[in-house]
Formats: sequence, C-alpha cells, structure tokens
Amino acid sequence: MSSTAEPKDKRKRFRMRWHKQDTELTLLALPTTIWYILFSFLPMFGIIIAFKNFRISGGFLSNVFNSPWIGIKNFEFLFKSNDAWIIIRNTIGYNMIFIITGIVLPVLFAIMIGLLHSRKASKVYQTMMFLPYFLSWVVVSAVGWAFLSFDKGIVNQVLVNMGSDPINWYMEPSYWPYFLILLNIWKGLGYGMVIYLATITSIDSTYYEAAVIDGASIWQQTRFITLPMLKLVIVMMFILAVGRIFYTDFGLFYQVTRDSNSLFNVSTTIDVMVYKQLKTATVGMASAAAFVQSVLGCATILIANWIVRRIDPDSAMM
Amino acid sequence: MTTKTAYETGLEKFNRTNKAVNLLFNLIFIILALLCVIPVVVVLSISFSSEDSIRETGYHLLPVALSADAYVYIVKQGTMILRALGVSALVTVAGTVLGVLLTTSMGYVLSRPTYKLRGFLTWVVFIPMVFNGGLVSSYFINTNLLGLKDSIWALILPLAVSSFNVIICKTFFKSTIPDGLIESAEIDGASQLRIFFSIIMPISLPVIATIGLFLCFSYWNDWFQSMLYIDNQNLYSLQALLNSLMSNVDALAKNAASMGVSYALLVATMPKESARMAVAILIVLPVAFAYPFFQKYFISGLTVGAVKG
Repeated sequence: MSSTAEPKDKRKRFRMRWHKQDTELTLLALPTTIWYILFSFLPMFGIIIAFKNFRISGGFLSNVFNSPWIGIKNFEFLFKSNDAWIIIRNTIGYNMIFIITGIVLPVLFAIMIGLLHSRKASKVYQTMMFLPYFLSWVVVSAVGWAFLSFDKGIVNQVLVNMGSDPINWYMEPSYWPYFLILLNIWKGLGYGMVIYLATITSIDSTYYEAAVIDGASIWQQTRFITLPMLKLVIVMMFILAVGRIFYTDFGLFYQVTRDSNSLFNVSTTIDVMVYKQLKTATVGMASAAAFVQSVLGCATILIANWIVRRIDPDSAMM
Repeated sequence: MTTKTAYETGLEKFNRTNKAVNLLFNLIFIILALLCVIPVVVVLSISFSSEDSIRETGYHLLPVALSADAYVYIVKQGTMILRALGVSALVTVAGTVLGVLLTTSMGYVLSRPTYKLRGFLTWVVFIPMVFNGGLVSSYFINTNLLGLKDSIWALILPLAVSSFNVIICKTFFKSTIPDGLIESAEIDGASQLRIFFSIIMPISLPVIATIGLFLCFSYWNDWFQSMLYIDNQNLYSLQALLNSLMSNVDALAKNAASMGVSYALLVATMPKESARMAVAILIVLPVAFAYPFFQKYFISGLTVGAVKG
C-alpha cells in the first residue's frame, strides 16, 4: 500500500501546480467563456430590472443604475391584471397536455413501427414523419394559412362544397386548443418516435428469443419486454418535460395563430405575453413575468433533475 | 456468420405480427406519413399556381392553372428575395463555422482531466442550462449594451453556443480520444492549440458533423432573432421575409415600388400569393432535400446527448 501511496502523492503535487498546458487550455476556452459571459451571465444580472422602473431610452448601464427601485410594484401590477390567470392557465394547461401526448403517441408509434415486417417501409415512414420537425414555425404558419384562410383556404372550400358556411377560423377561439394540440403533435411526432425507436432497437434480441421459446405472443413481448425496457427513458423524458413546464414554444402560439387578437384567451402563454409587452415597450410587466418564469423554471428544472438523479444517476445533468 | 443471420431472419419471420395486423399498421403509417408531407405539397402547389386562379378559386391541393410566374418573378425582379436568400446563406455558414469552433474548443477543454479550471468552467457551462435571464433582460443587453440592433451579428452570435452541444462534444472527446494520443503529443512539445487543431479536429469529424448539422438547421430555420432585432429590410433573412409577407402580402410590392416602379401597377400585376409561397419553398427545399441524408447524424447526436460524460 505504502509503495503506491508515494507516486500518487507526487502525482497530486504535479497536478496542483499551474502548467503551461493550463495557460494554453485557458486561451482555448477564452472565446467561448466570453460568449457565455455576454449572452448568458450578463442577462442573469440584468434580471434585477424587474424590481426597477426601467426606461428604454439611453444607455443600458446608466439606465440600470439610475432607474429607481420600485420593489415589487411590477409584480403587483402583473398579478392584479385580469390576464394573469389566463396566461398561467394556458402555459401550464397546454404543457400538461403536450407532456402526455408527447409521450404516449411517440411511444405507441415507435412500438408499432418497430413491428412492421418491411424495414425499408419503416425507414421511409420515419423519414417522411420527421419532415415537420425541420420546418420553422413561420413556414408552418404559411401552411396553416393555406388551409384555414377565410376566402382562399382549402378547409373552407371543402365546407362550401359540402353546403355549409365558411368559418372565419382565425376569429374563432373555440377550435384553436385542438388545432394547437394537433399541430404540436404533428411537429414533434416523428422526432419523438425516432428517440424511442433508438431505445427499442438497442434492446438485446435474446430477450425476445427467450420469450418466443416460452411461447409469448407479440402483445406479451411488447407488454413484458419492450415497455419495461422503455420505462426508464419514458420517466426521464417525462421529468425533463415537467421541468420545462413554465416555458412554451413561442412560435406555435404566436406565429401559427397569426397573433390574432380574437384568439387571445386560448393562445397567450407567458412567452407570448412577454414578447408582446416588450414590443409595446411596457417593460415593467414583461420583466416581472420574465423574472417569474426564470425563477420558477429554474426551480422546476432543479427539482426534476434531483428526481432524475434519484432514479438514474447517469441521466442527471450534474 | 451466415448461419447466424439465417437463424435470425428465420426467427424474425416466425416471431412477427400476422399479415392483417401488418397491413393495418402499414395503412396507419401511410396516412400519418402523408399527413406530414402533404402540407408541404400544398405550399409547393400554391407557389406553382397562376395568380388569377388563386384570386378566383383560392388555394388547392393541386394547381388549378399551372404557372411558374412566382419563380420567374423571383429570378427577374426579386432583388429583395434574393438578398434575403443571401442573408440566410451567409448567417447559416458563418454561424455554423463560428458555433462549431466555439463549441468544440470548450468541449475539448472540459474533457481534459488535468486542467486546473475544469471545475469552474463546467459550472460556467452548466448554470445556463438551469437558469437564464429571460427575454427582457437579454433583449436589453443585446440592444443597448452590445449594440446588436439591426446588425447581422444579432442573427449569428446569440445562437452560436448551446450548453447541450458543448456537453455532446465533451462526452465525445472523453469517450473516443485516447489520453495516450494527447500525452504523446504533449511530450513531443506540441501546444494545446496545436493539439486541438491538428490532432483532435481531424479525428473528430463525426461529432463536428453532428454539431454542425444542429447549428445549420437552427440558423437556417431561425426567425425569432430577426423578429427581435432586425427592422432594416436589407438584413431580412428568408424566414424574416416570409414572416413579414404573412402579415402583409403587399410587402414585396411596396419594396419594389421604392425602387421606381409604380406601386399600384406592381400590386396589380405581381404574383403576390404564389411568390409568398415560393419564398416558403425556397426555405423548405434545401432542408427537405438535405435532412434524409443527415438524419443518421441527427439521431446519433440526440442519443449521445442523453449520455453524460
């Protein structure tokens, strides 16, 4: 034991000293570190403007230092507004639905596509279903317009041909929760399916061979081998999604609805509200809402990560 | 080897769903796959419809009257569209190169076990994954402090680095590059910069391809940065242009009119509706042709990202 302890000690001392390599590595990491300071850490300190009466004109630094502290006035203003409840309901409500559909459907279709006889067909379906993932929300908005436009849209033409009245879709809030949920599924299904399929194809085939010898049916193999093997990934994806429950996909709620005022009640989430306030230059409420989102988001992500670590330490972030 | 594959296919033939179920599943997937592709076909068909047919009968699944006016217009008079194409291409290329350099260098440094500041830099990369300053304060830092308003850098810099990509790189370097390789180079007197650029980079093509693809697609598809920071129409990317055309189909005519042609004449004669969808096609086409070939790298990147280094 003592013979191994000595070189270890030496090595430790060697490791303690600052070397030329350390200088060089620091140089190599410097550009990225500066990027992180400018684009990640400065905004973190900038978050204090939520507690200030911040004005937009003039230099940033002088504004931050000179604008008066107003305590939690911005927050009072935010939570007393009638919209606060609607915005929180939309953000959390849609996310809860998205979490469920974003797990159940991709898992279901990943299992189904894995059972297809033809590998080639399976590859073709996967590739086609991956396409929406690569479309930006602006393009999706153009696609939506082609279908839902009042006077030219394809859906209204079908309605008119069937003898019903055309519907002014962008003015009718009652349909939009379904549209938004369907679009979210449409855009993410191929991507989610591929992730779960990667896990399914990595399952050791001897499990299935043993099951076949024992006379298990395909359904039993899915129920007792595939699903249990997927459980860990499903739980991970679930927790990580819950960790982001205060963040929404701005493009889905802003672009696809074409920012229609009639749809305010069903399409405004925290991100949409913050953006709109920012653009109308009412910084107080926007900064307060962004602050709430950052802090609650951080808390949920840390809690989710803590739970992940308890279930599977290798999958946790830190 | 041959007997093994023969045995496996034998088992596979035996252990699979019956023909009726397979047919049903195939049918379901054909419908789903079509649902994913048809919307893009609709946009393509509108872009190839004549302006008159759109005005009279609206949008259709297949063009009522075929016409390439929109594309002729883009080539002949669409300076604004071509310029936007140029901005998109420039931002995508510059952003991807910059992003790959910033990401891989940080990933390499974090993968060196003896580096003294490793713990500190790991925190620098980790903290932004759980906490961020939010849109409002980022916006004010970028516009008032860094002066990125109406600058092409506003489209490039904020998207260049993501902690997720840095960690993918770190994991890759840690798991695939043998320590002996770097140590022997160090003994030969090579500096870390030299090791990184002439040893690490050439043998790390898989991870560079993956990160490069992620960056490429996110730059090409980005519209949010333009919406926040760009008011000058000369700096519009294709996404930003389509975005403004979606809210006002006459924007193209307005811009062309500023260059001397009568506005009223342009509004009357320009293929606005089909040109708008042609812009969408300009965005989608490169992506739609590229991603089937790169899907493999994408998936490997997504699954590597889940593994902690």
